[in-house]
Amino acid sequence: MKIGVLALQGDFIEHEHMLARLGAEPIEVRLPRDLEGLDGLIMPGGESTTFGKLAKQFGLVEPLRAFAQSGRPMWGTCAGLIFLAKDVGRNQVTLGLMDVKVKRNAFGRQIDSFTCDLNIPDLADGPFPGVFIRAPIIESVGQTVQVLCTLDDGTIVAARQDNLLATSFHPELTHDSRMHALFLRACKRGSLSCEL
Amino acid sequence: MSSIKQNGSGNGTANAPHHGAGVNGQPTSAHGRRVGTDELKRGLAQMLKGGVIMDVVTPEHAVIAEEAGACSVMALERVPADIRKQGGVARMSDPALILSIMERVTIPVMAKCRIGHFAEARILEAIGIDYIDESEVLTPADEEHHVDKRDFGVPFVCGARNLGEALRRISEGAAMIRSKGEAGTGDVVEAVRHARAILGEIRRLKTMRRDELFAYAKEIQAPYALVEETADLGRLPVVLFAAGGIATPADAALMMHIGVDGVFVGSGIFKSGDPAARAKAIVEATTHYNDWKIVAEVSKNLGEPMVGINVSAMPEVERIAGRGW
Repeated sequence: MKIGVLALQGDFIEHEHMLARLGAEPIEVRLPRDLEGLDGLIMPGGESTTFGKLAKQFGLVEPLRAFAQSGRPMWGTCAGLIFLAKDVGRNQVTLGLMDVKVKRNAFGRQIDSFTCDLNIPDLADGPFPGVFIRAPIIESVGQTVQVLCTLDDGTIVAARQDNLLATSFHPELTHDSRMHALFLRACKRGSLSCEL
Repeated sequence: MSSIKQNGSGNGTANAPHHGAGVNGQPTSAHGRRVGTDELKRGLAQMLKGGVIMDVVTPEHAVIAEEAGACSVMALERVPADIRKQGGVARMSDPALILSIMERVTIPVMAKCRIGHFAEARILEAIGIDYIDESEVLTPADEEHHVDKRDFGVPFVCGARNLGEALRRISEGAAMIRSKGEAGTGDVVEAVRHARAILGEIRRLKTMRRDELFAYAKEIQAPYALVEETADLGRLPVVLFAAGGIATPADAALMMHIGVDGVFVGSGIFKSGDPAARAKAIVEATTHYNDWKIVAEVSKNLGEPMVGINVSAMPEVERIAGRGW
């Protein structure tokens, strides 16, 4: 199975390692032609403003939207979540696909970055290690968006809408491959809704 | 997992104000959150990979850098080329200037402290800087000791000329390494030398027998555990960026091909004829370094690069890469 990883900037190699570990073939996506023949696509952590500039400059915005409309699963982690979102509270290039309002750097600066155990009902076998680095949060969701994980105080940190998956945290920086395995199962079936 | 350590002398401000210091010097955090861990410090550097970190001296520069696609900015009073020209003691920048830059951009902001100047580092941490560069570009404050970076909640990046120096900095708590290069010259030769040295030594390390690692650790004056970890990983345990003398898209592509994870551009952008265009071109060349047609395309019509100083013609006393121990 070929899974694209948006490789404009950020921690795309960590996603590739996780995908390879699970038996998928990671493909780095920098230009529209790299999207051919993919079964799914991950947008990594990094700087969302950088993603936006480079995606626009190299004509990736519309092809990425078309990829999502084809129904194949797409997953954004941290900056990838911001890049998927409709509303990020400021003027920057995003794909505008997911009906969520996102707040960038919601916990503060780097010194406020944190790790904590997350309870994700869709994942079996106990809590998931949440790594939040200058992380965004989802402030509000549209009607078709399903919340997958919240912090103890109710803050939304993972959500799904149709074939789109978004997490504020970084499963690719951990040794826990359950989120990636879930995403790969969805790519195999061609739908996220069977999994969640 | 361990949380950040408090400074034993009680002057530590390692915790973010929101988390506060708990009893017995142990940090507390709401909702079982752990802060200031190595994973988080190294993790932010991982988010910067494949990107360009630009030196800026005003909030307006910072906005130009962010608009060009920089993944982070380094807030400074003077770029290295001006530090060279003006001479004197180069210190940490005015916190008010750094804060004014932090307020204007959404990307992470770094700032420099002098080698060994842990008070400057504490000040930068206290204003909420995202990364501290313990930098040889500033005048060293201590000719023997670097900052004990393990004690801080904020991550540090440090320069290195070779693997031994890189691993010594990591053992002190550096969460990111960059080549030193010869900052402020616009001559990439030293950045190439340092990146090749670090990456070449790692390649040699990978071919060594286990019992040879002990002698090698001694030879390069690095802690054995880190030498072993590097050999096992086949790379540094932290992200490696290139810095020092990078001035063109081709320089950035060169460094990416040599094997670094991203680039710092200091004087090269805002000492050139058209900073906005050059900044954007260097960002694009760093992402598309494998596509020479794109690197060629973005290299067109960028105006005058920074004038530059030929490092080989420079007297030893003017070189700064040798600072650091």
